[in-house]
Amino acid sequence: MTTTTSAHSIESAGDRSRWRRDMEGKECTGAEMFVECLVREGVDLMFGYPGGVVLKLFDELYKRRTEIRVVLPRHEQAGGHAVDGYAKATGRVGTLLVTSGPGATNTVTAIATAQMDSTPMVVFTGQVSLDMLGSDAFQETDAIGITRPIVKHSYMIERPEDIPQIIREAYYIAGTGRPGVVLVDVPKDVTMLKGVFHWPEAVNIRGYKPSTEGHPKSIQRLADAIAESERPYLYVGGGVIIAGAHGDLAELVQKTNIPVTTTLTALGAFPGTHPLFMGMPGMHGSKVANIAFQESDLVIAIGARFDDRVTGRLSGFAPKAKIAHVDVDPSSIKKNFKVDYPVVGDARWVLQELNKVVKPREPNGWNAMLAEMKRTHWFKYRQDTEVIHPQYVVQKIYEMTKDRETIIASEVGQAQMWAAQYYLFDQPRHWLTSGGLGTMGYGFPAAIGAQLAFPDSLVIDIAGDGSIQMNIQELATVVQQNIPVKVAILNNGYLGMVRQWQEFFYERRYSSSCTGNVPDFAKVAEAYGAKGLTARTYDEVVPVLKEGLAYPGPTFMNFLVNPEENVYPMVPAGAALHEMKDEDWA
Amino acid sequence: MNRRHIISVLVENHFGVLARIASLIAGRGFNIDSLTVGETEDPTLSRMTIVTHGDERIIEQITKQLNRLIDVVKVTDLTEMAHVERELVLIKVAVANAEMRSEIIQITDVFRARVVDISANTLTIEVTGDQEKVRAITELLEPIGIKEIARTGVVSLGRERVPVRRTASETKAA
Repeated sequence: MTTTTSAHSIESAGDRSRWRRDMEGKECTGAEMFVECLVREGVDLMFGYPGGVVLKLFDELYKRRTEIRVVLPRHEQAGGHAVDGYAKATGRVGTLLVTSGPGATNTVTAIATAQMDSTPMVVFTGQVSLDMLGSDAFQETDAIGITRPIVKHSYMIERPEDIPQIIREAYYIAGTGRPGVVLVDVPKDVTMLKGVFHWPEAVNIRGYKPSTEGHPKSIQRLADAIAESERPYLYVGGGVIIAGAHGDLAELVQKTNIPVTTTLTALGAFPGTHPLFMGMPGMHGSKVANIAFQESDLVIAIGARFDDRVTGRLSGFAPKAKIAHVDVDPSSIKKNFKVDYPVVGDARWVLQELNKVVKPREPNGWNAMLAEMKRTHWFKYRQDTEVIHPQYVVQKIYEMTKDRETIIASEVGQAQMWAAQYYLFDQPRHWLTSGGLGTMGYGFPAAIGAQLAFPDSLVIDIAGDGSIQMNIQELATVVQQNIPVKVAILNNGYLGMVRQWQEFFYERRYSSSCTGNVPDFAKVAEAYGAKGLTARTYDEVVPVLKEGLAYPGPTFMNFLVNPEENVYPMVPAGAALHEMKDEDWA
Repeated sequence: MNRRHIISVLVENHFGVLARIASLIAGRGFNIDSLTVGETEDPTLSRMTIVTHGDERIIEQITKQLNRLIDVVKVTDLTEMAHVERELVLIKVAVANAEMRSEIIQITDVFRARVVDISANTLTIEVTGDQEKVRAITELLEPIGIKEIARTGVVSLGRERVPVRRTASETKAA
């Protein structure tokens, strides 16, 4: 974890035996320095798609291929998501190298995805030589300009001797504070030219001093507010996972018995099987998680950002509650919502300090009420065997994998929501999903990145038939590299979430949302050399899962599910959280 | 309460910083009245003076979002403290006859402005001052016939100490 300054210097010290110390003070090419710096930053796995202006870099990477494994995706966007999945699963900064022009523009979606979910990533884009910049040269594009609003920071390298300093700063900025994406644009001539190599041990950026330690007074005020509250509620976001604060959160809950909701990106920050876990909040969250917001008198947000998909209509959100907000990013506090108890600081530090001063709290009527509601109002779907209900598939996946080391990735849409509702995550960094940007095509490559980081884990992408098509070409990557990820496709022949909205709000006019049940995903998988399985009936679900999950190589499992199944409950856009809709029979 | 704010921002003096700040402002939909930038006493730093308006929440967001940029070293909201602010404005006025010309020159003198260009049918005036002064002179010149205006935007520095209360004329002249 790199959430503090000191942690970073320790991490970069990494495996110093791999350092080429003889390079210090010597003339080296930019490419030599580049690879040496990656080694020194502890990079041992990265994704890279070559092209004209980065050939020198790839050549140098080839020479040191025993030290850094470079995996070739089949599309730069997928390469970016794979790095994202790697970073989310490991907590380390991920690395991507692409060429200029289309290589850079193809990564834009992956960059925005990672930045929205605060995933640490350094993206190196090739660039035409400095003397050709701005001339509309072949494959030239202003990568820094295009990505400016969607990165944490970016650099253009103008001299080879600047490479160590810039790479050092890039990894430091990406991995600390509120993590994010740093883009480094590398002109071709800089990789060829020589300069004197000098490695800066420490990083000191005067405009970047991420605050990690909260103000003790603000923490005391929060502790006092908890002591006075009758109906406190913990609203936990991805920041808790990023800060590695799940243990401290568990301690706080043990002491105070405060019920917990974790956002979509934070699933696993608090055990999904814990009695005080209320489920995910928001548009497709559990009823109890949402009602708790509306009834609470103190909402304690930690590393969460009051996203509109969580809060519903802001004016109707948590009307009876005082709001406490702990966040490492000061700009996140009071951005969307009034806050009564702001605490700027790293979630881990704040929780540790809070645990020292918070008064123990016994379960009260509030606890009893929520426990009862959780029992009566948990997620449910129609129990019949006429069709395959997609929720049933997720539930079976959960039952069959919960005792194994399993990482779940998801695409975006209905399948993502069912995965989030029915898979109970007990540990952080075991759930990879695109929360903020909602990027279809994220899950499969993200699963690849996680699988490479954890070769012994079972890694499953829960996909829809729409999303999986957006990066299906990565079948080539998994087959070529024998990366044994499993993809469970909840295939309903629709862009399901779009269809659901059209059913509810556009009188079933299914405009451009029908995918027509093409292709045959099992056959596509087989064509690439992966395993392909199909379940057409309820009875086939478990056998397909058994066979697919046991197969030692990459596998596609195609489940032909009930086409017009909807995700429930649902808070319609613009409604308040208590105006949730359930299915009629529920 | 919707108020005018002068935000002074120290930034790294290198390529692309202005674009980064402009992009942030545009992307977040903040309203900007003026933005100026120039090197400071330390050549590695530039100072940007941003004049904006909005309620407390918006100004807080602007300040925080600016602080979030790696290239931003320091953000100060000068509105809340004693400060001096100045703007330089060039005003080209149409002159129909000699009588008008002398009237304009009189106005110019009163405002301690200067005539910096003169032609058969125009006068160009340079005026330096705070918002009030600039507004006052443009309002007087408006009926005479302003052809063009160019403004530098506001620059501002905090005062070193809270000054002893001055008379109104002194403040104006300062």
